[in-house]
Amino acid sequence: MTFAIPATLTTVAYIGAIILFILSLGGLSNPETSRRGNWFGIIGMTIAVLATVFGMRGSLTGDVQIVAMHGLPWIVGAMAVGGTIGLIAARVVKMTQMPELVAIMHSLVGLAACTIGFASFIDTTPLDVPARDLVASENIHLIEIYVGILIGAVTFSGSVIAFGKLSGKITGKPVIIPGRNLINLLGLAVVIYYGYVFVAAGGLHEQAPTVQILIPLIVMTAISLLFGVHMVMAIGGADMPVVVSMLNSYSGWAAAATGFMLGNDLLIVVGALVGSSGAILSYIMCRAMNRKFLSVISGGFGTGGGAAAKKADGEPQGEVTPISAVDTAELLREAKNVIIVPGYGMAVAQAQHTVYEITKLLREKGVNVRFGIHPVAGRMPGHMNVLLAEAKVPYDIVMEMDELNDDFPDTDVSMVIGANDIVNPAAEDDPTSPIAGMPVLQVWKAKTSIVMKRSMASGYAGVDNPLFYKENNRMLFGDAKKMLDEVLTALKA
Amino acid sequence: MNTNQKCETMPLTIGIPKETFSGEKRVATVPDVVAKLIKLGFSVTVESGAGFGASFYDDAYEAVGAKIAKTAAELWSSSDVVFKVNPPTEAEVALMHAGQTLIDFIWPAQNPELMKALAAKKVTVLAMDAVPRLLSRAQKMDALTSMSGISGYRAVIEAANVFGRYFNGQITAAGKIPPAKVFIAGAGVAGLAAIGTAVGLGAIVRANDTRAEVADQVKSMGAEFVPVDYQEEGSGGGGYAKVMSEGFQKAQREMYAKQAKDVDIIITTALIPGRPAPRLITAEMVQSMKPGSVIVDMAAERGGNCELTEAGKAVVKHGVTIVGYTDLASRLAKQSSTLYATNLLRLTEELCKAKDGNIVVNMEDDAIRGFTVIKDGEITWPAPPLKLPAPPAPKPAAAVVKPEEKKKSGVGTAVMMLVAAVLFALIGLTAPAAFIGHFTVFVLAVFVGYMVVWNVTPALHTPLMSVTNAISSIITIGALLQVAPPHVAGRLDFTILIIAVVGIALTSINTFGGFAVTRRMLMMFHK
Repeated sequence: MTFAIPATLTTVAYIGAIILFILSLGGLSNPETSRRGNWFGIIGMTIAVLATVFGMRGSLTGDVQIVAMHGLPWIVGAMAVGGTIGLIAARVVKMTQMPELVAIMHSLVGLAACTIGFASFIDTTPLDVPARDLVASENIHLIEIYVGILIGAVTFSGSVIAFGKLSGKITGKPVIIPGRNLINLLGLAVVIYYGYVFVAAGGLHEQAPTVQILIPLIVMTAISLLFGVHMVMAIGGADMPVVVSMLNSYSGWAAAATGFMLGNDLLIVVGALVGSSGAILSYIMCRAMNRKFLSVISGGFGTGGGAAAKKADGEPQGEVTPISAVDTAELLREAKNVIIVPGYGMAVAQAQHTVYEITKLLREKGVNVRFGIHPVAGRMPGHMNVLLAEAKVPYDIVMEMDELNDDFPDTDVSMVIGANDIVNPAAEDDPTSPIAGMPVLQVWKAKTSIVMKRSMASGYAGVDNPLFYKENNRMLFGDAKKMLDEVLTALKA
Repeated sequence: MNTNQKCETMPLTIGIPKETFSGEKRVATVPDVVAKLIKLGFSVTVESGAGFGASFYDDAYEAVGAKIAKTAAELWSSSDVVFKVNPPTEAEVALMHAGQTLIDFIWPAQNPELMKALAAKKVTVLAMDAVPRLLSRAQKMDALTSMSGISGYRAVIEAANVFGRYFNGQITAAGKIPPAKVFIAGAGVAGLAAIGTAVGLGAIVRANDTRAEVADQVKSMGAEFVPVDYQEEGSGGGGYAKVMSEGFQKAQREMYAKQAKDVDIIITTALIPGRPAPRLITAEMVQSMKPGSVIVDMAAERGGNCELTEAGKAVVKHGVTIVGYTDLASRLAKQSSTLYATNLLRLTEELCKAKDGNIVVNMEDDAIRGFTVIKDGEITWPAPPLKLPAPPAPKPAAAVVKPEEKKKSGVGTAVMMLVAAVLFALIGLTAPAAFIGHFTVFVLAVFVGYMVVWNVTPALHTPLMSVTNAISSIITIGALLQVAPPHVAGRLDFTILIIAVVGIALTSINTFGGFAVTRRMLMMFHK
């Protein structure tokens, strides 16, 4: 026979899992404790799954087994398949592809929320509530299903599109359909209306679902999927950090909604943890770009007044001064303090390892090399940190923007690798600039700044960068990897 | 031959004569630069012994491909372009021939006779002192700046040479030695170089300049900026100083008198374009200085900032050594020759964009127009004022105030609170007890999440996302609840089973993949 854990113990196991999950997130406050934190997460997940598979739950008629014996092989099989795929993906993924991986994983949570919602809908088992609460509970249950599927579907399709954009399979430019706000509103109206129809018609839970009830659910799912696609398509490449964290948040809310649907506090708590984590990340990202969350989500850049097209009077003038790799090496060698500011370009060029080699060499020569990371550098929060960590750059020389922005005046050389908008002085000096007010790394305050760039093209925001024309700025044109290799060779010589 | 209209195929010869000015040790090009000039397509001839003063010997020039001319006459006659440091003497002008190009310090304003003589020779003259310094493109050719920097350095070294004490303070077994106090008048290129050198030697350095905007530069070099207690802006445009009002000058004198009593070394660098150097240090001030003090007057050539300066000499007056050398840059001949040669090389690159060993004096080019003082025997000095992009006027302070700093009115918060209250009331009124229980848990969990996540270091935001991703697949519990509960009549067991199994498989990808990739990432973070 099976061995079953009593319902009370299952509940306590859930509480234990919740505590472990919270500790897991708490561990991330510091790289030292983070590895332990990850283990807490793994243990918490194991406890939660085991307690569910072998546990009982309380009901009006006494404790019942949650999973019957015949379900076990199915569970083990499904987990083996999914787990293998997951482990392989985790092993082969390149660190530059992390945003893609995270996005596709969000989509899986969304999809799972949908499947659970549908399964819950066609499940005719009577709700386990006292008879007097039955009608209210039925309605709430249906709303929960409806909302759960809605969030799940938006998360799913949005994440798939985000994945496509991040991996370059779909254009990174915002794709904006005319009248999109109207379309969204219309969609929302339809969703609300069908929600009403759904709840009104779906009252009889014990019966097998009929077509009349299924139609609203399916239409809503379709609209949600389209909405997810539409929403993320309209968002440009450099706003991706916001999108990825927003989808992270959604996947949490989807879990929480599922928890409500199933009356499971564990899901609710974990969903809420993840949801608020993603929301905070979105907030941090938006603040780092000085943009409103809503304006990011509503897509495009500088939505009002064609601000992005502004060129006229604010256009920086003057000449850029190019510099060779050899001269760059010379400058670096003679510097005492160097700050490197990496951006998405470094990830694209896969230049982080060369950057580390250069850093190592300079540090051996006694040069104080540090890295300045803008919160939205790269395509997801913390992207640059992970890349640099992969290249073995010690994390104690990788600083946040606020930690070293005041140090630029004492810096001999600041080197910008594949970044543009996050080092644009116009954000501070020019109130009319589309990126005015965005906090930026003040690389131009260093004695010399070197910008590595493929060409003079403007950054994502379509704003010209007065930094390039500054007297103390030098441009090192070319592929970041190739140029850095040349700098490294010159340094070694 | 210099001109563009004669379409020549023969590469031009650049000639480097030996400087004839007495005591001059510099040379207009150095072997390293010769190699680069040859790369540009020119051939280079150097007069025998030209680099001797700067320790560049003939064989070094020959080694990089230069020809050596035995005499000045041979050099001048065989060169199409001549690089020089000092303005040509009468004898040198006599050696020139029509069509030749001379690149040199000329000082056309001070040397009108020389200009006439050169024009009569039908030559082209490019004056290094007329390089438009404000044009950022021209800065690489600006020899005045590089020479001033060297002079500033050398001024401190000369001061140290005659000063009887250490510059830096020390505590020795024999007692405490106070650091020398150095005052630097004028924080232009030379002044800043002097500040840097003196600070480097360990002295306490103070500096003053009539242009208030250089105060930050002074401080950034590690010196103290001593302001004149009088309100007047002293910037005469173009980065130069202007003549100040009487009231200002009085306040300035008082400040100098005070500094003179206190400091050990004064280095003056004050110059105003086209005028005699301003008198900053009077005889009384010199008298008030401590015996053994030093004054280095870098403006000696233009009359001196100090009343007692004798140009070209170091004299002792009232116990104070006053150094009035006018050849400070030449005293660091190797360094100044190298920099000057590089300035000339940059200028040549501008003239020879095609890298074919020919020069084109393009009068349409702002920079080239600026320093061309005689074109084919025609005096073109002074150049019309540059149509510079107006230097970015300081933005009105009001406009820079961050636009987002709106006052946060309490109204928004109040409305939010009200909406939340109404929502909560609605839920409380309509929802059954079971839902309220879950809702409580939900709200509390959101707050816990909020508190915990704010503590996450931004460096770990990516692992945060992947780990939350992994734990959000806790949703798998939902599928587990559905997969095979005890049978209830009428339940579509198998359909639900399949859907749930798909759900479990999907979430397992996340669980395993999420934790594994997080672990992989976290392992990489190390000190």
